[in-house]
Amino acid sequence: MTESTTTAMGAGAASAEDQIAALDQLETKPGKPRSLWSDAWLDLRHRPVFVVCVLLIAFLVVMALFPGLFTSVDPTHKDLAHSREAPSAQAWFGYDVQGRDIYARVIYGARWSILVGVLASLLSVLIGGTVGIMAGYRGGWLDGVASRTAEIFFGLPFVLGAIVVLTAFRSAGVNSAIAIVGAVVVSIAVLIWPVSMRIMRSAAIGARQHDYVKAARALGASTTRVLIKHLLPNCLAPVLVYATIALGEFIGLEATLSFLGIGLRDPAVSWGVMIADSRNYIRVAPYLLFFPAGFLVVTVLSFVMLGDAIRDALDPKLR
Amino acid sequence: MGRYVLRRLLQIVPVFIGTTFLIYVLIWAIPGDPFAGLCGERRCPDSFIATMTEKYHLNDSIFVQYFKYMTALVQGDFGETFNGQSVGELISLRFPVSVRLAIVAVAIEALIGVTAGILTGLRGRSFLDNLVLASTLFLISMPTFVTGFVVQQLLLKGDWEFLPPTVSDQARWSELIIPGFVLGAVAMAFVARLTRTSIMENKRSDYMRTARAKGLPNSRIVGVHLLRNSAIPVLTFLGTSLGGLMGGAIVTEGIFDIKGVGGLIYRSILDKEGFIVTGVVVLLVIVFLMVNLIIDLLYAVLDPRIRYD
Repeated sequence: MTESTTTAMGAGAASAEDQIAALDQLETKPGKPRSLWSDAWLDLRHRPVFVVCVLLIAFLVVMALFPGLFTSVDPTHKDLAHSREAPSAQAWFGYDVQGRDIYARVIYGARWSILVGVLASLLSVLIGGTVGIMAGYRGGWLDGVASRTAEIFFGLPFVLGAIVVLTAFRSAGVNSAIAIVGAVVVSIAVLIWPVSMRIMRSAAIGARQHDYVKAARALGASTTRVLIKHLLPNCLAPVLVYATIALGEFIGLEATLSFLGIGLRDPAVSWGVMIADSRNYIRVAPYLLFFPAGFLVVTVLSFVMLGDAIRDALDPKLR
Repeated sequence: MGRYVLRRLLQIVPVFIGTTFLIYVLIWAIPGDPFAGLCGERRCPDSFIATMTEKYHLNDSIFVQYFKYMTALVQGDFGETFNGQSVGELISLRFPVSVRLAIVAVAIEALIGVTAGILTGLRGRSFLDNLVLASTLFLISMPTFVTGFVVQQLLLKGDWEFLPPTVSDQARWSELIIPGFVLGAVAMAFVARLTRTSIMENKRSDYMRTARAKGLPNSRIVGVHLLRNSAIPVLTFLGTSLGGLMGGAIVTEGIFDIKGVGGLIYRSILDKEGFIVTGVVVLLVIVFLMVNLIIDLLYAVLDPRIRYD
């Protein structure tokens, strides 16, 4: 683990914690007029699904940050004498083909899967959101160009585009763990940003008609100020919901890419890499597939359900 | 109507050019020697490199290359692979298989997804509703290849004659049912949820109350009034999911050993057979754009308030 790895890890996980912290701050005292957000937060607190998902995600984040808390076994320690041994009291999830402890590997794999999910979700929302809010607010030729560009990316099948981009990265000689993660994150974000662009664009088109935007412009606010101070807070909700759900989906996408042999690889061993490695041994040793796949599904599930819960809470029509 | 179709077809042109140019640049601008490893262990002879560079216009700028490629393409010439096979022939051998797989997947998506959506949407909160919600969530969060692995293991364990774990070269319809199910599973879950929400929203609308007050039979209220109005978001999703299906086919075809374009394209990217990749992408993009155009036109059929003039 290099210095840069740890800092980037910290940044990724910190943003996840920031989101939770930001949600905490939304609670306001009774008597005060409540915003959409504090309304949603009051509603969310009483949803068991939301509470369970947040707890699960918090648990996974701790696991990603401090894997040492959960296991003292070295995930890279190989002992061929244990090859494909079934789960036992000594190794809860059994051993893989090269005699590595699957439990330790699953624990240490969490950070790579979650890191890819968080960074890819952030980057694609950042690109898509920026383009979308400008296209929606400005309209005209800018909107035309942005929308046509988005359509071009929509027409390209994701897996296909990702294979091409990642092969390009690979032939450029990307080898350190952080660079491999970067390549996967960039290829996901570059191919999927149009989704968040469309969401942000339609939100911005709806919001720009409102009086407060006209008032701000009449007062002489610059475009940047209108965009950031007035439009952004009012367009954020749908994009945030999308980002949460997408985070889960990107973890699944990363696994698919790793399965194809072009996603993450040693030394960045995610759950997807472990599942892909198990493919030839599923018949004799199903636990090779079962445990990493189980963790993957639970993680994706909790992000998707969290996003669903937030959307329900933010949409007053559904109450 | 005619003018609308014409305008849409014209709008498709820049998107088509953009997508194909993007993939062309990505494929041919990959740094590295395209002839590496083509001549076995040794370096390729200079004369060979010269001929090949000439043949594939590798000395021209990427724009000129793309232009030359496209001019040949619109005349029906897909080019040749590095060892002289016709790309058009290779694709025509494999494309029908993938199309069949996609049709099976969309059929399963629509059939099971819409049925589950209607049943749960009409009933409201019930055991079935919760079951469908939970199982669709589970399908959504499971990557296709994991579903594929698990299903294939079940087939291997079961050892049934009518459901083989891999698909033969003929790729008969019956053999494609299971891979089609795996391929369409995620989209099927989305279709079920979308239909359910759409039906639940429309169930309480005024026209439903009117229809009921008029004393229409229930089958007509649901079958004509409700379904027709709930179909638009579902149809839109089915159209856009087709792009995902074509891409997802790379994974499914790999697992079930189907000889379709997915496997072809995967190997071609790794072998840097650029013309195969661009050729297949061109076809996929055309299919994707056309299907979306047809779905837009279907809107007018479903909802007479939408008119294209």
